[in-house]
Amino acid sequence: MAIGVKVMRRPELGVSYLRATLKGMAVTFSHFFRPKVTMQYPEQTAQEGFWSLSPRWRGTHRMLTDEQGRAKCVACGLCPQICPANCIKLVPGEDEDGHRYPLIYEIDEFRCVFCGYCQEVCPEEAIHVGVHYENAEYDRERFVYDLERLCAQTHPVSSLWDPADPKGE
Amino acid sequence: MSPELKGLLLVGTLKVVGLFVALMVGVILIVWVERRGAAMLQDRLGPNRIGPFGLLQNIADGLKNFFKEEVMPAGADRVLFQLAPLLSFIPAFLMFAVIPYAAPLPGFDVTLPLLGRVVYAGPLVMVVADLPVGFLFIIAFSSLAVYGITLAGWSANSKYALLGGLRASAQMVSYEIAIGLSLIVVLLIAGNVPLGEIVAFQQQAGWFVFLATVAYLMFHVSAFAETNRLPFDLPEAEAELVAGYHAEYSAMKYAIYPLSEYAALITMSAFITTLFFGGWDIPFTTWDERVATAWSLEAVLRFALTNAVFLVKTLFFIWVFVWVRWTLPRFRYDQLMFLGWKVLLPVGLAYIVIIATTILLLENAGVPHDLRYGLVLFLVNVPLVVLLLWGLDRRRVLKGTPRRVRVEA
Repeated sequence: MAIGVKVMRRPELGVSYLRATLKGMAVTFSHFFRPKVTMQYPEQTAQEGFWSLSPRWRGTHRMLTDEQGRAKCVACGLCPQICPANCIKLVPGEDEDGHRYPLIYEIDEFRCVFCGYCQEVCPEEAIHVGVHYENAEYDRERFVYDLERLCAQTHPVSSLWDPADPKGE
Repeated sequence: MSPELKGLLLVGTLKVVGLFVALMVGVILIVWVERRGAAMLQDRLGPNRIGPFGLLQNIADGLKNFFKEEVMPAGADRVLFQLAPLLSFIPAFLMFAVIPYAAPLPGFDVTLPLLGRVVYAGPLVMVVADLPVGFLFIIAFSSLAVYGITLAGWSANSKYALLGGLRASAQMVSYEIAIGLSLIVVLLIAGNVPLGEIVAFQQQAGWFVFLATVAYLMFHVSAFAETNRLPFDLPEAEAELVAGYHAEYSAMKYAIYPLSEYAALITMSAFITTLFFGGWDIPFTTWDERVATAWSLEAVLRFALTNAVFLVKTLFFIWVFVWVRWTLPRFRYDQLMFLGWKVLLPVGLAYIVIIATTILLLENAGVPHDLRYGLVLFLVNVPLVVLLLWGLDRRRVLKGTPRRVRVEA
């Protein structure tokens, strides 16, 4: 098989390295005065509208709650089943009316790969991945989010990709 | 101790300490200029967190380097590995010693507390060492700088460092020839080597950038190679050689290398200013050339203004170094050698012949060393520069990759 080598045919008359250098310097110097793209992060944040995250951004989780402030989760066990990183720990419980609820619901955010399957699979639209990125902690244990913590999150939740509307319109 | 000796020592100490401090602070500021300038040219902001406008960033970086671990590579030549940073640091700072940076101040005869009577006769020349060997001193010490780099590459027992060191030695030796040839032209016109006299000549006949334009272009191109800066930073070549000759250095021994690189950058800019742009000369006036015999406000003002002019010119060339670094890509090694040996060397030799002939004719015609002398040389230079920019420059300075045909496998 032949290897194709692209041969550059530069115009002989127009070629000059000194003048090309000066031209290049003029181009770079004009950039000196152009508006800068740097975002001043701690001062300028997405919340303040300096830039925007995609509505499909998959960040740390959030558990939605019902009117009484209880987690919407019914402890069906689908999310720990589908989770490819095996980061969800769920111990189901049942009250005297026969309603199932999670006794323990923990997500290890270090193990999580943020695939969003838990949100996709959840029949109650309870667990969601969030549009959120500021997750720093001083302690490794703090990255295991328990149910209380997941319910207390207030950031917006990710909107999943819809096959019927692939561009999100 | 006699008052004269005291005066000599006092003046010498003040100059040395003052210049060293100025250079060290200058290096820190230039690193800032480089980083912020690079960022601005790339539509970024650059370091702007530590101190006003990020000015203290480099002090923070320096402090960090002091606290980092020194790593001695296995199998390294211990003595040379320790010595190499110093060999690169000292010449960079020594070179500035012969560069005059302002108009002379008058001498003094005063009685100071603690010191007693201190006398300094004659004009107080604003140069640390007014050596009769002049810019030969700079050439000598800029050649010494190559030892720091080559030994660093060789002693580290690392193939990348060794390649960087080898490249540095070949490159710096090659371009020293171009520098030497362009300086011969300056020497021919000025007739002497001390930089003070070269500045004085330029005040009379015009700046050498107009009298020896081709020499200036050659010198400036070679200055990039001598300071190992971007179009010619093959010794470092971080894309190919990790970090080249200082790949194995860590902590403060590493920090010495950027430090001396930027010190050499300042010195080269000051050297270009002095040789080709009139040094501390203020253009279009002869007020700055008068030598004051007594202390007056005018004398101090003249010192301050000429010093400021020198600084502005030097800063401009430092900025040009930064500007070119973020404009041009790195040369290939054969292109570098091609430019040094097959372009700059013959151009330099031909230029020496032309300028020497012109000077011979001018001296025989008895033209005095003033603006007329400069004008004739300028008129000789105009067609040469045109020839260089539009004739020689075309396609021959740098060869592209040779054309290849389709290869059947």
